[in-house]
Amino acid sequence: METLMSILVGILFAIGIYLILTKSLLRIILGTSILGHGVNLLIITMGGLKRGGPPLLGIKNLTYADSLPQALLLTAIVINFATTALFLVLSYRAYKVLGTDDTEQMRGIENE
Amino acid sequence: MSWLHMMILLPFIFALVVPYVYKKFNPRFHTGWFVLVIPLVIFIHLLTFIPQISLGNSVTSTVPWLPSYHINFTTYVDGLSLVFGLLIAGIGALVILYSIYYMSKHREALHNFYVYLLLFMGAMLGLVFSDNIFVLYVFWETTSVSSFLLIAYWYEREKSRYGAQKSLLITIFGGLAMLAGFIMLSLMTDTNSIREMIRNAVGIPSHSLFIPAMILVLIGAFTKSAQFPFSIWLPDAMEAPTPISAYLHSATMVKAGIYLVARFTPIFGGTAEWFWLVSGVGIITLLYGSVNAVRQTDLKALLAYSTISQLGLIMSLLGLGSAALYYGIGNDSSVYAVAIFAAIFHLVNHSTFKGCLFMVVGIIDHETGTRDIRRLGGLMHLMPITFTLTVIGSFAMAGLPPFNGFLSKEMFFTAVVNASNMTVFNADHIGLAIPIIAWVASVFTFVYSMVLVFKTFRGKNKPEKLGKVVHEPPIGMLVSPFVLGSLVIIIFFFPNVLSKYLLKPAWYAVLPTLANAGELKVKISPWHGWNTELFMTIGVIIIGTLLYIYLRKWYRVYRFYPENLTLNNLYNFSLERMENISGSLTNKYMTGFIRDYLVYIFAFIIVVVGGAMWLFDGFSFDPSNDAPVNLFETGLVVAMVIAALTVLVSKNRLTAIVAVGALGFLVSFFFVLFRAPDLALTQLVVETVTTALFLLCFYHLPQLRKEISRVRFKAVNALISIGVGVAVTIIALSANGNRLFESISGFYENSYELAGAKNIVNAILVDFRGIDTMLEILVLTIAGLGVYSLIKLRLPGRDKNEGAE
Repeated sequence: METLMSILVGILFAIGIYLILTKSLLRIILGTSILGHGVNLLIITMGGLKRGGPPLLGIKNLTYADSLPQALLLTAIVINFATTALFLVLSYRAYKVLGTDDTEQMRGIENE
Repeated sequence: MSWLHMMILLPFIFALVVPYVYKKFNPRFHTGWFVLVIPLVIFIHLLTFIPQISLGNSVTSTVPWLPSYHINFTTYVDGLSLVFGLLIAGIGALVILYSIYYMSKHREALHNFYVYLLLFMGAMLGLVFSDNIFVLYVFWETTSVSSFLLIAYWYEREKSRYGAQKSLLITIFGGLAMLAGFIMLSLMTDTNSIREMIRNAVGIPSHSLFIPAMILVLIGAFTKSAQFPFSIWLPDAMEAPTPISAYLHSATMVKAGIYLVARFTPIFGGTAEWFWLVSGVGIITLLYGSVNAVRQTDLKALLAYSTISQLGLIMSLLGLGSAALYYGIGNDSSVYAVAIFAAIFHLVNHSTFKGCLFMVVGIIDHETGTRDIRRLGGLMHLMPITFTLTVIGSFAMAGLPPFNGFLSKEMFFTAVVNASNMTVFNADHIGLAIPIIAWVASVFTFVYSMVLVFKTFRGKNKPEKLGKVVHEPPIGMLVSPFVLGSLVIIIFFFPNVLSKYLLKPAWYAVLPTLANAGELKVKISPWHGWNTELFMTIGVIIIGTLLYIYLRKWYRVYRFYPENLTLNNLYNFSLERMENISGSLTNKYMTGFIRDYLVYIFAFIIVVVGGAMWLFDGFSFDPSNDAPVNLFETGLVVAMVIAALTVLVSKNRLTAIVAVGALGFLVSFFFVLFRAPDLALTQLVVETVTTALFLLCFYHLPQLRKEISRVRFKAVNALISIGVGVAVTIIALSANGNRLFESISGFYENSYELAGAKNIVNAILVDFRGIDTMLEILVLTIAGLGVYSLIKLRLPGRDKNEGAE
């Protein structure tokens, strides 16, 4: 399972980065979103998969799934959400002000 | 804190006060009078050291500065530093006196002038009296900087700025090289004190850092002392006011390199590399400077090249004298050691006559309005005193009796003749070239000295070419050159007094081992009988006179000199090329397009990960610990890949957004599978909100366009993204196959006992690692505020596409 997940994470990274390298601002945001999913899956995969029950003490298990990566991920998801939201609104504003969503045209003025 | 420390700091302290004095008293009272006190006090104070130093003693005193790094402000007075100290303070006093009459108190910014001058003086004193190499380096750079400020004193002139920049670049380059050399020295000898280094110097010629340290220290000395090929800054430094040229660029700063070479002779001397580098470069500089001086038409440029040439002479003498250390105690080492004595003697002589000549040229400039030889002439009757002083200075420079230059020039010839008889360092093969080059250079020295005197003062007066009615300058302006000119003659008649009290202690300081063995004896006398040196001098006079008389006939030889091969052109060309190349290089990779920078970053990741894998054989793959896979999970993985690919290829923004949303929901499925209920919940909610946000913005954002770009562009993108994907997969697989330690999560299973919580993940979030959560809340808050202000806060007239949809 870990091997399969590693390959999946690699594919998500490749697709995310390809989107980030393109010119359209919306594609870049979608790319970061995919990259975020890749990172999240990587973290939980590295903690080891399917070793015991959910980390709830009420359920009598011999072993529990690793709880630390889950806590880390919970933080990561929320932060990812916050930055994505900001980035979206920022690109929206950039488009309103600059009239373009092409990063190649967002190069500033020569000798500014 | 001794009086000597106070002496060094005094100029710096006064430099702080000068602007107030200027503000308060100018123009009633020339600021120079106030400044004049300092070098006088220092000079008198330094004179009190003479009795002690002439007995062979030395004076040391230490003030801790950075004791933990063994960097202490240690002053050390011996013969060598005392000679330099007296020159700095003595000529400093004369120069300030001269500048009082030279610099107008109505037109010039005197406060700047004297502040820079005092900074320079203090730095120079600190340089020669420092025992600690790093303190010496600090003062060394301070002289470079203050010299830069002084050269660009008339900063509104472009040539001044050019000269200042050039001298700064070259001397700082040398200074930094010297610093590296110093660090190597301190590594080799395990100390920062020069005296300690000399004591520990016995074994170091075999050290692997010895030659690099020698070359680096010499680069520092050569750049500062304007040796070939670093001499180009000195003629351009002539844009400084004449008192500055007289002080810095003839008597003091350019001799800092000489001081350094003399100071480090006991450490590096006695090796063939030092001998050939120092004397070879010195001899070449001597010839280069004297040949170039003849073709100058500007008096100050002539003096600048003459200074270069004379410094080469002193440098070569120091090199030739270092052979004495090779021979060691006994044998005939004292024959060679005399060269060092001659170097110190000529150093003093040069300071006197060159200072005098610069001041004279300043007077001519001041009184006639020009320094161009072609416009001057026939001034002898109009300026008899100035003429006399010029004759004294120039004839001393040419090496004629009865002036002090004659004595040291004779000793120079002795040294080069001895060098040609030397049998070590391969000198027997090319040794004969040394006296020949030295003799030719002396002939040229003679010629330009005559040019200086006779082209300026003889011939026809050309009043129509001069702006002013020529007359003698005010008496105050003549005092300083008069004092120096008198010294030129006094030293000729009483050289042994000077030798006994100043030169010999300096000589002993350069060659301490030989001095302790009682090997060093010298007597200066103007008459040695009919020997080789005298015939050489007579030859110089005869050939020199002939060359001067027929100067017109052979002068055009200089035109054959290829103009674009001069060192100046080389310097300008390389400076320009360096600027252009670095500019175009930066423009090439700093394109301003975000995608390019991302390409660099990702390519770097691939190179580093790939390189590390390849170098350290890092890849390991061990699936034995893997959890089993079932069909359901495989289906999820395939679905995720499909969703991600859909985003990649979709031409419709709605499809892309929905596909990203699907991806998120699939991730939450995985969280369910992986026994992470809290994660699954959060992921579901967040993904829903994000998708909603996307859809909200989507209404306002433009349609996805087809990426119009070249195939190569897309290929590079694809290559890099696949590369990063593969790198991440490899890292993940390797990390997974190499678990080194058990997880610490077992501890958190005590959450009920420790925190009273049955949900372990939540206990970690709010109890065990609560600070993370607090800051995460802060991130959310900031993002919320950011979103709010981005939407609400808008400057009028900025939005181009308002309502475009």
